[in-house]
Amino acid sequence: MSVDEQVLSYPIPSDAALDPPAQWAELRNKCPVAHVTLPSGDRATLLTRYEDVKQVLADPRFTRQLNAPDAARMSADGGGVFSSELATIIPDSGEEHQHWRRLVGRWFTAKRMNAMRPAMIQIAEDLVDDMVKRGAPGDLKAGLGFPLPVYVICDMLGVPAADRDRFSYWSDTLLNLTRYGKAETDAAQGEFFQYMSDLVAAKRAALGDDLLSELITAGGPEDGGLSEIQILVTGMALLVAGHETTANMIGKMVAMLLADRSRWERLLADPSLIRTAVEESLRFDADSGVGMPRYLNAETEVSGMVLPRGTTVVCSMAAANRDETAFGNAGEMDLTRSPNPHLAFGSGAHSCLGQALARTELQVALEVLLRRLPTLELAVPVEELERVEGLAVGGLREVPVRW
Amino acid sequence: MKVIVDEAACCGAGQCVLIAPEVFDQRDEDGIVVLLEPEPAEDRHTAVREAAAVCPAGAIHVDEDA
Repeated sequence: MSVDEQVLSYPIPSDAALDPPAQWAELRNKCPVAHVTLPSGDRATLLTRYEDVKQVLADPRFTRQLNAPDAARMSADGGGVFSSELATIIPDSGEEHQHWRRLVGRWFTAKRMNAMRPAMIQIAEDLVDDMVKRGAPGDLKAGLGFPLPVYVICDMLGVPAADRDRFSYWSDTLLNLTRYGKAETDAAQGEFFQYMSDLVAAKRAALGDDLLSELITAGGPEDGGLSEIQILVTGMALLVAGHETTANMIGKMVAMLLADRSRWERLLADPSLIRTAVEESLRFDADSGVGMPRYLNAETEVSGMVLPRGTTVVCSMAAANRDETAFGNAGEMDLTRSPNPHLAFGSGAHSCLGQALARTELQVALEVLLRRLPTLELAVPVEELERVEGLAVGGLREVPVRW
Repeated sequence: MKVIVDEAACCGAGQCVLIAPEVFDQRDEDGIVVLLEPEPAEDRHTAVREAAAVCPAGAIHVDEDA
């Protein structure tokens, strides 16, 4: 049976952790608007072509109202990050969304990230010191990939260092679409919500030099600022978004670069390629998770197919990033590729708010590793790398390395 | 070369500033693009083209003939 006749189970499994499923190419060529069944059993429509994914992600008719009664549920019991009630508190479209985005966006400008770079380098250096002290082999994900972005986002938000570890669990219950039941997810969200309420209250009493304090200082909606609940949910969203996404990407990037060690050697010989290598790693990542869901509240056409009102569309940015019509030699990892208009951060008004932060963290991680551990290599055959199952953002369980 | 930016479309991703900091900046108050050099010198053209190509909001327009 060919892909256009069957209903595929989604996410589509892959034979190897770093490689895309073979079906992607067939879907892009023959069935760019495909029917899929999600882990919840609900039906959705999968897009895999670059032009379609890019256009749909930027098109306001494809809404983020994943909590609509007839929207497909991404996880079995309807929990998780996409259908969380909390997600409805941040305005999701139009001028209100733009206002929210600009209030928060000032914290994520390229200039601010450049100013934070020396502090990030110091954090990465200290983490590498600890890895070296513990000795090889070690897990690069646990040693550097995970803690670096967590420390950075906690510092930006003004979360005390002692509380960092608690977020891993809260964040995981929101981002893992299969591991936890609804009761467990709800309980974790409740604790997380309470924690943030207390934190915002403490900031209100004693303002600091951090993002939450500044959102509080901006005043309420009547002063052009955010309401109390919006500040709280913004804090939660930024902690979750700034946490597991980049953490996993650091591990996947290093694994991809070491899987063919000539890539690593090329960067050792010419570190000026770090920026384009990071972009290519983002494009080449075949395991970026479930993709981005959108909900249609009016009939709309994509690639010549009419999609009825009530359709849930899943955009596979990772499949789109391997589209040969958009990228020459799309199946090759080219560390010098430029320009590289990949869709790892989405496109349009909702493209990732923290992308300058993620880029800077990925660049810093790579720069410090190349300088400090030039002999770095995978400590297991690449075939033994395993994906985390069910994670909305995709990642490897461990990245065992030695040096 | 003439560069035009669309502030209304800009989503503050900051790619243009990371790639061509002499030509683009972001406003401190909201992260929206600021065009520093509407007619950049030739040695910056490659970077400007790259910035325009990767802008996630398609908010940078480059007129090569101007």
